[in-house]
Amino acid sequence: MKFLVCISNVPDTTTKITFTPDNKEFNKAGVQFVINPWDEYALTRAIELKEAQGGTVTVLNVGEADTEPNIRKALAIGADDAIRVNAFPKDAFFVAQQIAAIAKDGGYDVILMGKESIDYNGFQVHGMVGELLGIPTVAPAMKLDMSGNTATLEREIEGGKEIVEVSTPFVASCQQPMCEPRIPNMRGIMTARTKPLKVVEPTGEGARTEVAAYALPPAKQGVKLIPAENAGELIKLLRNEAKVI
Amino acid sequence: MSVLIVVECDGGEVKKSSLEVASYGSQVAQLLGTSATAVAVGEATEANLAKLGEQGIAKVLYDNEPRLKDFVNGAYTKLIAAAAQQEDAKVIVLANSNIGAAVGSRLSVRLQASLATNVVELPKTEGGSFTVKRGAFSGKAFADVKLDGERKIIAVKKNSIEALHEAGKTAEVVSFSAQLTDADFADAPKQVVMQDQAGGILLPEADKVVSGGRGMKGPENWNLIEDLAQALGAATACSKPVSDVDWRPHHEHVGQTGITVSPNLYIACGISGAIQHLAGVNSSKVIVVINKDPEAPFFKAADYGIVGDVFDVLPKLTQAVKELS
Ligand SMILES: Cc1cc2nc3c(=O)[nH]c(=O)nc-3n(C[C@H](O)[C@H](O)[C@H](O)COP(=O)(O)OP(=O)(O)OC[C@H]3O[C@@H](n4cnc5c(N)ncnc54)[C@H](O)[C@@H]3O)c2cc1C
Repeated sequence: MKFLVCISNVPDTTTKITFTPDNKEFNKAGVQFVINPWDEYALTRAIELKEAQGGTVTVLNVGEADTEPNIRKALAIGADDAIRVNAFPKDAFFVAQQIAAIAKDGGYDVILMGKESIDYNGFQVHGMVGELLGIPTVAPAMKLDMSGNTATLEREIEGGKEIVEVSTPFVASCQQPMCEPRIPNMRGIMTARTKPLKVVEPTGEGARTEVAAYALPPAKQGVKLIPAENAGELIKLLRNEAKVI
Repeated sequence: MSVLIVVECDGGEVKKSSLEVASYGSQVAQLLGTSATAVAVGEATEANLAKLGEQGIAKVLYDNEPRLKDFVNGAYTKLIAAAAQQEDAKVIVLANSNIGAAVGSRLSVRLQASLATNVVELPKTEGGSFTVKRGAFSGKAFADVKLDGERKIIAVKKNSIEALHEAGKTAEVVSFSAQLTDADFADAPKQVVMQDQAGGILLPEADKVVSGGRGMKGPENWNLIEDLAQALGAATACSKPVSDVDWRPHHEHVGQTGITVSPNLYIACGISGAIQHLAGVNSSKVIVVINKDPEAPFFKAADYGIVGDVFDVLPKLTQAVKELS
């Protein structure tokens, strides 16, 4: 079984978000980047399935050279090799085209990624890749089991879940509680240094969308405190002042 | 040319988020000087679909095929693509739901359309460009995104658009078929398991949410959360550590790595307000925080707060809500 796990490089979840003076780009200065937390579910589950029934796990990132530390981290967690498409990930469609091209060339059976990236929050790439390849997508998946070429997944829908069975090849976008994401151990970190990381140039058409400007949400007015003894007063304020109940 | 609106139905009813989507779509149609047609998916009744006239919809297409009652990504995509072709849709509007995003992303490739998800405002169309505002960085920012090309797909975030209600207007319901084959049902569910939700209010659709964190001390105390939620007609939610230790089910976990909610009212009980938690809730209209620690970061993101013990404060709030009516 050939697993392809797509990872994106995102600001650490504690990052205070700021933008460049023209508001066109995220301000990377001093920011720590991590593997997108949703992608960690995809990565760990692929490694678990490979350990259980054999195969290989390739990680794929569309990004410039500064994403390599996190690609190495994915190798340290247990992926076998890596591919970096050397390009700024302009939009979801641009990224999806790169993933689809590599998935097709490499004959991958299972293409996994996180539900969405925590920076762009697109929740789009999985469906685009599935459609470009003409194969099913299961999104978002909370559980993934495999038996031979058949996968059983739990797909979250609003208010419940669907149990879905698909055969390879397919795409799934992953979320909790699929597995407990692994962290690298010392041996993993040592071996990751010598695992292959191939860099390729992008293909396909360009992007279909463009960010005109970023903005921060308006700041809160400040909290109105109600003494605990008088807790019932809060409910009156919610009705008469905030008008939400 | 037209605007096509994807309306999700469940148990015969149109979902509340889809009423917002319909209202969004009909306003886009007005902006572009064209008509708004809906295509319904899921289990619907003709009477409820006709009521979409109140949201400015002229016509609703509906395929009665029983296998379309449950979500099937392949079949839904084909159905909506066929409707888009028939209606010559230049803009397709859907909900930023699990279904909407799964279908919208496939459609964008099939129809060669540009796509924006998580959209919070009506588009701006000055000077021939088409720009939408969408949430980014997990609720910590917004982005104005220019959509290129002849066709556009917009997934609208829940609770960011006021639903229209033009009483008495009805839409024409027209049966529609997309000649679906077995291959389109490759990802059809073998089984559908619905959650047993307190009071029947689903968290992603809820107007009001009462949420508990580690400060609730243990699952045996959740009756305090549930009582207030029930009195308010709210859904219940929790922080990540609470679902990690199985005090509450995973589908209640809100935040950066859980679900994002944007209700009118979010009441946080015994939750510290870590940045990852805030990411999932800070687009709520009004935030109330109950925490015994006056230094808890959540107070900085709140509109109203009570510095106090949840075990003392929650019963008082529930009582006060009951006294309102
Ligand atoms: C990559 C990553 C992703 C994450 N994603 C999420 C996410 O999606 N959602 C999420 O919630 N967290 C997430 N977290 C975890 C987050 O950082 C916090 O650890 C978590 O939100 C804390 O949960 P809590 O507020 O319930 O618990 P705590 O931080 O332990 O806070 C408990 C609060 O309860 C108060 N309290 C205690 N007793 C009482 C009482 N009797 N009465 C009133 N108040 C009381 C305390 O003062 C304290 O403020 C993530 C972390 C990481 C690293």
